[in-house]
Amino acid sequence: MKTAQVIMDTGTHAAALAVKSARVDVIPGYPITPQTSIMEAIAAMVESGEMNARFIPMEGEHSVLAAAVAASAAGARVFTATSANGLLYMHEVLHMASGGRLPVVMCNVNRGIFAPWTLWADHQDSFSQRDTGWLQYHCSSNQEVFNTILQAFRVAEQINIPVMVNFDGFAISHCLMPLTLPPQEDIDRFLPSHEPEWRLDTAQPSSFSNVTMAAEYAPFRQMLSDDIMAAIPLVKQAAQEYKDITGMWDGDTIDTYRLEDAEVVAFAVNSMAAELRLSVDILREQGIKAGLLRPRLYLPFPAEDIINALPQNAQVMVLDRNYNFGHPGGILASELKNVLFGRRNDITVKNRVMGIGGIDLTRRFMAAEIRAMMDE
Amino acid sequence: MTTSIKKLPDTELVLSGNGACGGCPATMALRIVGKALGSNAIMLLTPSCSVASMGMTPKLGYNWPCINITFATAGSSASGITHALEIMKENGRLQGDLPTVFAWVGDGGTYDIGFQALSAAAERNDNMIFFCYNNEAYSNTGVQRSGATPRGSFTTTTPTGKRQPKKNMGLLMLEHKIPYVATATVAYPGDLYDKVVKAKNTPGMKYIEILAPCYLGWQFDMSDTVQMSRMAVRSGAWLLWEAENGSISFNNPSSHIISGKKVAEPVDEYLMKQGRFNRLLKGSDAQQRIAEIQGDIDHEIAFMRERKKITI
Repeated sequence: MKTAQVIMDTGTHAAALAVKSARVDVIPGYPITPQTSIMEAIAAMVESGEMNARFIPMEGEHSVLAAAVAASAAGARVFTATSANGLLYMHEVLHMASGGRLPVVMCNVNRGIFAPWTLWADHQDSFSQRDTGWLQYHCSSNQEVFNTILQAFRVAEQINIPVMVNFDGFAISHCLMPLTLPPQEDIDRFLPSHEPEWRLDTAQPSSFSNVTMAAEYAPFRQMLSDDIMAAIPLVKQAAQEYKDITGMWDGDTIDTYRLEDAEVVAFAVNSMAAELRLSVDILREQGIKAGLLRPRLYLPFPAEDIINALPQNAQVMVLDRNYNFGHPGGILASELKNVLFGRRNDITVKNRVMGIGGIDLTRRFMAAEIRAMMDE
Repeated sequence: MTTSIKKLPDTELVLSGNGACGGCPATMALRIVGKALGSNAIMLLTPSCSVASMGMTPKLGYNWPCINITFATAGSSASGITHALEIMKENGRLQGDLPTVFAWVGDGGTYDIGFQALSAAAERNDNMIFFCYNNEAYSNTGVQRSGATPRGSFTTTTPTGKRQPKKNMGLLMLEHKIPYVATATVAYPGDLYDKVVKAKNTPGMKYIEILAPCYLGWQFDMSDTVQMSRMAVRSGAWLLWEAENGSISFNNPSSHIISGKKVAEPVDEYLMKQGRFNRLLKGSDAQQRIAEIQGDIDHEIAFMRERKKITI
């Protein structure tokens, strides 16, 4: 039996290796910082024959996702990746992918949005695509990116809904971290080949997405909404089975740290949530019973798991790396209040926006912010 | 020799009972295309007349697997499908002959919103046939101006007649150095059939543009579709040509107009038959505006005659 291999690798290259391990058929791509190196790595592996797949160099992200959904409709397993304005440029096709029930998996390497021009991490890009009908994971480490791409394919293909795997530009995408690569046969056991129930098949001519009257359109939309909610147990099952096979665990819908007895709970996603573990340790040393709750799955929003995990009477400090324009504060805080309302009246929610455009979020800075929020 | 209409196969891929207008040229052309392609093909459409014609979900008026995709992405979506089929064939997950992947797109989805994706698919030389059924306006949304609308034509967004000439889309595609480009129209079904067969048997990117006189947009009697198509060719307003690996040849009767053996019929009669033009003939500047239209046609004939000579 082969054993796992441990290497040092960047987040983007870890993503490319996950795509190879998932035996993806088609990868349309287009460069955008900080995602570009995923496509470069895939193009190189396809050219060298290391991957038995097609890399299609497209002329823009709108076309990237159009090629991706069409290839998926033809029956292929499809991956692509983007960032920031590239994701926004795809917006129309994001809706087509989910409405068309095409299980594409895409990495979005989080980056602030133009204008003004910025290159560095914040979460306005992925959160602003909230209502497009995609599942969204947000990852905190290179290993989690690798693991989550494989889990994402499994869930996407079970329910025919596309999945976005998000992680921060530079802090994750361009940083070297240890990466454990499970043996390929373990991955094949976890993620069997893609056998879609439906595809464009000349033996069975059928129409896809022609004019649909309200009597049929409304049930299609209801099914999509229901099936997105039904993803939560599948996300948990995928995480558990991945753990059973590979021994690796990043949390399922949520990830927690020192949460059980916490009175103050940091609530955030992505790389800042990894750093927040250290902030929690600092606060604990200062005698504050701090903990962390990180929603690994942003959509569907894991309401029940959050409600069940939060300790009694906790103060939840939501650290948002985005703005909820038109409301004070950020999007995560709004989402959290939405699920707590009427369910957990013992919880207090406080919110700060920070780290916009890639401002560095250190463990000490965030610990100090949380302390300050306690006094508000 | 051009295939006679009597010799076309009996195969029908356009099913009876679809929702097209009477006298719809796009549907007539698609019927000929079906005879040439056969059933082993996958059809991409963008929101347009031909999607509205195929029937409401879950019905299907064409006997191919059909996917209606986002308006701007016929070229890129067809690339996605063709690459998917090729890799699935290579790794043994798809049996039998590779289906022909073809996009069936109006002039809006070709000249305007779909141009970028089409241009990139052509530059990659991805294996597909891209058909533009050109009715010279956004007919499905009620006849608005497109990049294919000729000068002088009234549409709902050019209420005094369009002031600019149309693009030469076929030539633009030729300059992408793709293996096959052709123009056709419904009055010459054998010519269209032969061109589709040629495209089907040529690997890489193929572009075929079909002039599709639309009675609604052009404002003529729906029984006159074929006649309008023929008049467009005889007046030189539409030229029938094809280019294999960059080398242009003209097809009858356009070849005679290009060679000078025949003189193109004056455009007046063609214009007078169409409500979209004949309104301008009532204005005080009628002669000047007809001369502009005739000038555009003469320019295209002269330009294409010279372009044909470039064979390097």
